[in-house]
Amino acid sequence: MRQVYGWLLLTPAAILLIAFTHYPTVATLWHSFFSQGTAMRPAAYVGLENYLYMLDDEIFWKVVRNNALYAAGTIPASIAIALLMAVWVNGKLPLRGLARMAYFTPTILPMIAVANIWLFFYTPEIGLLDQFMRLFGLPSHNWLGDPDTVLWCIVVLAIWKEAGFFMIFFLAALQSLPPELEEAGRLEGAGRWYYFRRVTFPLLMPTTLFVLINATINSFKLVDQLFILTKGGPDNASSLLLYYIYEVAFSFLDEAYAATLTVALLATLAIIAIGQFFIMDKRIHYR
Amino acid sequence: MHAIELDGVTKRWDATMAVDDVSFAVEAGSFVVLLGPSGCGKSTTLRMIAGLEEVTAGRVRINGGDMTDEPPARRNLSMVFQSYALFPHLNVRENIIFGLKVRRVESGERDARLRRVAELVGLDELLDRRPAQLSGGQRQRVALARAIIAENPICLMDEPLSNLDAKLRHAMRVEIRELQQRLGMTVIYVTHDQTEAMSMADRIILLRDGRIEQDGAPDELYSLPASTFVASLIGAPPMNLIDVADGADGAVIEGVGHVVTGGAGAGRRLGIRPEHIEISAGDGLPAALIASDYLGADTIVTARAGKQDVLVRVPGHRKVNNGETVRLSWPRESAHMFDAATGRRIGYADPPAAAIQSGPGADE
Ligand SMILES: Nc1ncnc2c1ncn2[C@@H]1O[C@H](COP(=O)(O)OP(=O)(O)OP(=O)(O)O)[C@@H](O)[C@H]1O
Ligand SMILES: [Mg+2]
Repeated sequence: MRQVYGWLLLTPAAILLIAFTHYPTVATLWHSFFSQGTAMRPAAYVGLENYLYMLDDEIFWKVVRNNALYAAGTIPASIAIALLMAVWVNGKLPLRGLARMAYFTPTILPMIAVANIWLFFYTPEIGLLDQFMRLFGLPSHNWLGDPDTVLWCIVVLAIWKEAGFFMIFFLAALQSLPPELEEAGRLEGAGRWYYFRRVTFPLLMPTTLFVLINATINSFKLVDQLFILTKGGPDNASSLLLYYIYEVAFSFLDEAYAATLTVALLATLAIIAIGQFFIMDKRIHYR
Repeated sequence: MHAIELDGVTKRWDATMAVDDVSFAVEAGSFVVLLGPSGCGKSTTLRMIAGLEEVTAGRVRINGGDMTDEPPARRNLSMVFQSYALFPHLNVRENIIFGLKVRRVESGERDARLRRVAELVGLDELLDRRPAQLSGGQRQRVALARAIIAENPICLMDEPLSNLDAKLRHAMRVEIRELQQRLGMTVIYVTHDQTEAMSMADRIILLRDGRIEQDGAPDELYSLPASTFVASLIGAPPMNLIDVADGADGAVIEGVGHVVTGGAGAGRRLGIRPEHIEISAGDGLPAALIASDYLGADTIVTARAGKQDVLVRVPGHRKVNNGETVRLSWPRESAHMFDAATGRRIGYADPPAAAIQSGPGADE
């Protein structure tokens, strides 16, 4: 009888999870082994053909490379800035509440709104960035139109958006550290940097791991800004994996190939998450 | 030159006056206890000596030098925190030598000191453990080791034993005291436990609401309490404080004819320690025994005289027949008199008028 209750309580959550997470995942995997069906030709089992196609797809590799650069650009920078801001606003600071709020604001703004703000920054001639450059007598530049700079424009925006969010986690962790630890350090004559390096940072490791995993996932997940700013262009120079999947599925209407790309994305994310967890786990468990 | 000297030290937070004009000087090599109830400003005083808290007014001098505005690290003192404040991610060894590493003590010297200190506090076997893998008493020792390895002449301790059980507490009490004497350290030790204060201190500074209530050796506080506050804090059980009233021949207890002491009664309180009262059959204050509390070596008997309860310490085991009437007597030099309004000591109680005719012998 008790078991029945248990299952009944689990059912609503289980239904949602299966309907919206597990089933789509399995269905996607399934679809990736079939060709794209048309009115004339129904989908047929093709084995690994979609995957072989993917490995030959130049755009796929370009997008993967973009995404790797995007991750490498956003993850360390946003974490470092978040940590810096958290330490900063955790201290005794006049108008501390205001500073915390200011740092957190980008997080509560929707990405679409953020992208619109930054669109204004990046606009050639009249944009804030160009006006600033002109002060130093530098020429105008089409930041979003140049394949060499467009990806970095996206990276900067993502850092700006994410750092405030991660700061909240670091701030919460900093506040949970007992203040006597710092006092003990001060009595021993430990400077701020020494204390941070030997005590604060190691004690923040669990939070850093959590933030790192989130930042990694976000670097694959957060592509809203592309819709406003670049549409992946020019020439796919700013396209990211998830955006490419969207294009394949809804612009080129090739669901089978989109499913294949999705499986590749999921596999990558899973491997990264597991890897981070196991590697970092060894170094952060001090309790 | 004194090891530590406080001169009119005051700490105020907006509305609260945590420490109010406190001055005292500590001899080098002595063990001084700051005693007082919760919230009386003990920790704040200690933290101001350490430099962890800024003073609102007054000066703090250490070894003769004015340290009021110096950072903690320049004061050459160590501190044991109530919560130990061990670094949870570092093992015992790293915790102990943390300060030596900060000060770049070279590694040979460091290891030598570590070995010496670890042996001193009995931690040699546990150097590779993390704090979470230690018992409360062992953590306490790590905190102590970290404080003494610096070889600072002054050590501040904030209720370091409050998290330990009674037995361990006793053992650590003895150990800390012995260590202090062996190393010749100057220790300021905060506690709210009078037993701890009495057994460890060379000198007790008793605080109340941020002010010094009494400052003296343990036996001074015991035998000459400056106020009812001190009297009710020192001793277990503490001194009986009995309201007295005017009687025909001297002070009496309301509702009991017997003269307890000479002179006026109204506005005064009589203080007698339970261990100084004797239950006798013959002469004395008539009282009814109402309860007893057997402690092993002795029994605390509650007697009622008029409306007032008087505790009496009786050696051995004493059974009480409820309502049994007895007489209570005490040597007259162990009766203390306090002003009922201010609580201040007036002196030893006047002898009953019948015995001696001399006036009150105020001793303050
Ligand atoms: N940071 C602070 N801000 C405001 N008031 C404080 C602060 N720290 C302490 N106080 C107040 O100062 C007074 C003395 O505090 P303190 O910590 O010195 O007491 P204590 O004697 O150590 O008590 P306990 O035995 O409970 O530790 C208390 O009334 C307390 O509320
Ligand atoms: Mg305290």
